[in-house]
Amino acid sequence: MSAKVQVQTTINNEPVEFLCEPRQSLLECLRDIVGLTGTKEGCGDGNCGSCTVKLGDRIVTSCLVLGVEAAGESITTVEGLAHGSTLHPLQKAFLDHAALQCGICTPGFLIAADALLQKHPHPTEEQTRFWLSNNLCRCTGYDKIIRAVQAAAIEINGAAQ
Amino acid sequence: MDNFEYANPSTVKEALSLLTAGAEVLAGGTDLLSLLKDEVHKPKRLVNIKNIKALGGISKAGNNIRIGATVTLDELASSQLIRAAYPSLVQAALGITSPQIRNMGTVAGDLCQRPRCWYFRSGNGLLNKSLVENGENKYHAIFGTGSAQFVSASSLGPALMALGATVKIAGADGKTKDVPVAQFFKAPSAEGEREIALAANEIVTDILVPAPATKNATYEVRHKQALDWPLATASVALRMSGTKVTSASITLGHVGPTPVRATEAEKMLVGQTITADSAEKAGAAAVAGAKPLSQNAYKVQLAKVAVKRALLTAAGVKAV
Ligand SMILES: Cc1cc2nc3c(=O)[nH]c(=O)nc-3n(C[C@H](O)[C@H](O)[C@H](O)COP(=O)(O)OP(=O)(O)OC[C@H]3O[C@@H](n4cnc5c(N)ncnc54)[C@H](O)[C@@H]3O)c2cc1C
Ligand code: SF4
Ligand code: FES
Ligand code: FES
Repeated sequence: MSAKVQVQTTINNEPVEFLCEPRQSLLECLRDIVGLTGTKEGCGDGNCGSCTVKLGDRIVTSCLVLGVEAAGESITTVEGLAHGSTLHPLQKAFLDHAALQCGICTPGFLIAADALLQKHPHPTEEQTRFWLSNNLCRCTGYDKIIRAVQAAAIEINGAAQ
Repeated sequence: MDNFEYANPSTVKEALSLLTAGAEVLAGGTDLLSLLKDEVHKPKRLVNIKNIKALGGISKAGNNIRIGATVTLDELASSQLIRAAYPSLVQAALGITSPQIRNMGTVAGDLCQRPRCWYFRSGNGLLNKSLVENGENKYHAIFGTGSAQFVSASSLGPALMALGATVKIAGADGKTKDVPVAQFFKAPSAEGEREIALAANEIVTDILVPAPATKNATYEVRHKQALDWPLATASVALRMSGTKVTSASITLGHVGPTPVRATEAEKMLVGQTITADSAEKAGAAAVAGAKPLSQNAYKVQLAKVAVKRALLTAAGVKAV
């Protein structure tokens, strides 16, 4: 019964096909089958947000999605943020503001923050903190991450009116 | 985790025919995948219902508003129909602060999610009363029933119950039935029994919420403002004539194995105006029957305050 399944999907704008077991999470498929190890695993149960990717136009924790559910979808991972060797403004702001130490949480924060800036071009600090409430960081104390996201908002969308 | 077969039907009929012994519904997966990883559930087949169009959408349906089973928590909280009539539901959905979980988790999934009791999640059963009583029980029930000392994890359940909502269920025989939310939740009396009135081969298809005409609100008390299940909540719906309450509906959440209706508090508000004083008295009445465990007496006070604040919020009275 549980033979491997062929999944056709789009990852970072490239068509991708992979073979997985139904029980494998999208996170596992991305990292161990497709070889995109930018997305990280922390808790495996939806609490830490380090596995956050964009599925269609929604951010999800990829540890709670099955790889087979990605069929026909379009996925964005942290590897899809930069343009060639030019970093995404969020990535640059994280570096400028020292918004990472160990870096495990960073890919998830970047994807989540990117979705925030698409919804709220100039998020308040409170909006930013609530939006990032499912992304845990054990190193930075969050403040530098919040500053980085707000700086990137101005870089991308100009100063708030 | 054992492997399983994956099915992706596009109609309810097809989904029902796939729900044979050992099969389980997969909606947003936010609870189910954790249950699989912890080997608390070991299905032979998962039936994904997210690609069944008929299970989506929010619309007016006669005197009700119909919420499709697979409507996500984010779609619920963003819906103009819902925002205009049921702040109580929006408050409960946004209490789940994670955009990721709100994007994935569905309304029916929220009602059907399994309890978060750590003894249950670690394979020690749902009704292990002696473990709970002698162990770590700060997040357990203050309104336990028999061996059921866990709390219902659903945040939408109490709000939907106070609004008088109904769950529509489709069964294997092709028949459908309507179950009031108040009867959908039940405290199991034997290990293996579910905490909801839903057989393994049934699917929740819709939630029907009666047309508003109530002032409603949910107030949650959480450990942090961030992501965690609430410690105690209250959802209220008031029918008013001028400033006087003509009927009140009050449901406590996260304090018992089902949402808990506060009948005494409801009765004493009839004919009253909502003030800090009357709301406080209703709060006290709502928790009068609480039976806290060794570590969770603090929840009695939280539930009491939640009732008071939910009433003041619903009536639009400033809290003092
Ligand atoms: C970090 C975190 C924090 C959370 N905080 C909260 C919180 O504060 N309050 C709260 O209420 N919830 C909270 N949740 C839980 C979350 O809201 C639920 O897991 C979610 O709503 C479940 O919906 P789902 O579609 O993902 O269900 P799934 O995980 O797909 O399914 C859960 C169960 O319901 C069954 N099921 C689902 N849909 C149907 C249907 N239509 N018919 C029959 N059976 C069905 C499945 O078979 C399964 O047994 C939290 C979750 C996480 C991971
Ligand atoms: S206190 Fe900080 S360093 Fe220590 S365990 Fe907690 S998060 Fe890690
Ligand atoms: S690994 Fe997915 S949320 Fe932590
Ligand atoms: S930088 Fe280490 S967890 Fe965030």
